[in-house]
Amino acid sequence: MSAQSDKQGVARRRFLATAVKATAGAGCAALLVGEVAAPSRTLAATALRPPGAKGESHFLAACVRCGLCVRACPYDTLKLADLADPASSGTPYFEARQIPCEMCEDIPCVVACPTGALDKGLTDIAQARMGTAALVGHETCLNVLGLRCDVCYRVCPLMGKAITLDMRHNERTGKHASLIPVVHTDACTGCGKCEKSCVLEEAAIKVLPTELARGRIGGHYRLGWEEKAKHGGELVDGIIDLPDRGYTPPSLGPSLGKEFKP
Amino acid sequence: MSAISERIPGREAVKAKGWFRAHKWLLARRASQLAFLALFLSGPLFGLWIAKGTLASSLTLNVLPLTDPLVALQSLLAGHWPETAALAGAAIVLAVYAALRGRLYCSWVCPVNVVTDTAGWLRRRLGWKDGVSLNRRTRLILLAGILIASAVTGTIAWEVVNPITQLHRALVFGSLFAGGIAWTVLAAIFLFDLAVAPRGWCGNLCPVGAFYGLVGRFGRVAVSAPRRAACDSCMDCYQVCPEPHVISPALRGAGSEVIQSPDCTACGRCIDVCPQDVFALGLKGTAGAAPLRQGERL
Ligand code: SF4
Ligand code: SF4
Ligand code: SF4
Ligand code: SF4
Repeated sequence: MSAQSDKQGVARRRFLATAVKATAGAGCAALLVGEVAAPSRTLAATALRPPGAKGESHFLAACVRCGLCVRACPYDTLKLADLADPASSGTPYFEARQIPCEMCEDIPCVVACPTGALDKGLTDIAQARMGTAALVGHETCLNVLGLRCDVCYRVCPLMGKAITLDMRHNERTGKHASLIPVVHTDACTGCGKCEKSCVLEEAAIKVLPTELARGRIGGHYRLGWEEKAKHGGELVDGIIDLPDRGYTPPSLGPSLGKEFKP
Repeated sequence: MSAISERIPGREAVKAKGWFRAHKWLLARRASQLAFLALFLSGPLFGLWIAKGTLASSLTLNVLPLTDPLVALQSLLAGHWPETAALAGAAIVLAVYAALRGRLYCSWVCPVNVVTDTAGWLRRRLGWKDGVSLNRRTRLILLAGILIASAVTGTIAWEVVNPITQLHRALVFGSLFAGGIAWTVLAAIFLFDLAVAPRGWCGNLCPVGAFYGLVGRFGRVAVSAPRRAACDSCMDCYQVCPEPHVISPALRGAGSEVIQSPDCTACGRCIDVCPQDVFALGLKGTAGAAPLRQGERL
């Protein structure tokens, strides 16, 4: 072995060590930063994204947290999250109970977004899905109690489509009806007007991020009727059709599920 | 030895040139940092909208989009193709810093610079010399790390942490004055620079500075030492420079008197504190690069 090649060996080892160290360091940094960045994919229940926002995981790849949407909003609905706020730091969100979205026809927030985090494909604000309303206070909602509040129903920009009042027998009095606010997820934009206007101290109707509000059925469920329709007939031949009992309990009386039109 | 260690850098320069000339570039930089902030603040404060948005992305006078290229790069790595406005904005910013000098961002625009400068100043005043010395390359490793994190997590990872935009947002959108806690990040940086590692944040860790350093390697703006013959080795420039390693080749070397390292932020503090007026700031490769001022004492 000559001194020359010895020197080369040392240099090569040193180079390799440096390369490995740098790679390990970058990996360590990636893990640390990634750890902070990754959990922010989920959104707290109270935080709603602006209209046109891509799904949460795409949104965090696209939104640069510039606040141009916030500046464009004429109602001061949107704000940028601070460190302790319920959305990832610096991202735009709103809380329905504070200032709901007024569903501007020209959707200035989407127009202002420079990155496409708010999708310019959204041109009809009624197609926005900022979240989904759900009646959560089934013991406190005044309408459920049999009173006629109706406020959420009446403030809904899509009254009669996103919220309907469904008639139910009032078991307490035995002779009246309760008009239950029912949200229809195919029409609700998640603007938050209903939650904002609920007259209770703590709103009985709340707008939640859609994944939270809607639930998810899970891939393993097979709904018999859908399978049947897909199949174009009975899936199992020769099932015996037993006769019905011919008894209807009072709670399943004729008023159930009927829609009330005031 | 005590003569050097008790010497407060800048004192001699004030004596030799007067307070104003010994703080000329510092004042200019503070004015520039303030002006950049004012562009964003005139809207929310006085209804006079000049720049909207933040340093991450903004729209000036409703026509000029500007986007931080590092943020756009992370977005691309995370799997999103930004719209034209953001991409054009990133290209403009990239072009400007590539042409001038990347790290001009650090000392003329970045609001965190005020925090770390203050920590550095306090450190010198207190005479604290020791501290952890980190490897300068750490910031490059951190830069690689955040790019990997963006690609792997599919998020603009650094923006969750980035103290620069954190501070800028908190100032421009007012949360700093409304109970926001972004200041805690700044406090952490201040204490880190003050008590743990001198010039640690900007000099060793900040991946944004590392990025701008890389893109602006060949920028034209540079500091040089045209009167290096007059240097009496008082070491004041080394004391105040946020990247002291960049000075020696130009000041002591036999080669070019222009500071070549892309790490130099062109802050001009070395020019200010030098009692001998050794340094100058100008454009590389023009007559202005090394102006020998007329009528000065040597
Ligand atoms: S649609 Fe209008 S009110 Fe709603 S967030 Fe956008 S700008 Fe604000
Ligand atoms: S304008 Fe777009 S990129 Fe900027 S904060 Fe709003 S959603 Fe994010
Ligand atoms: S959030 Fe409430 S008010 Fe808005 S569309 Fe949905 S149901 Fe109607
Ligand atoms: S060499 Fe001078 S201009 Fe460059 S960073 Fe150091 S003090 Fe600032």
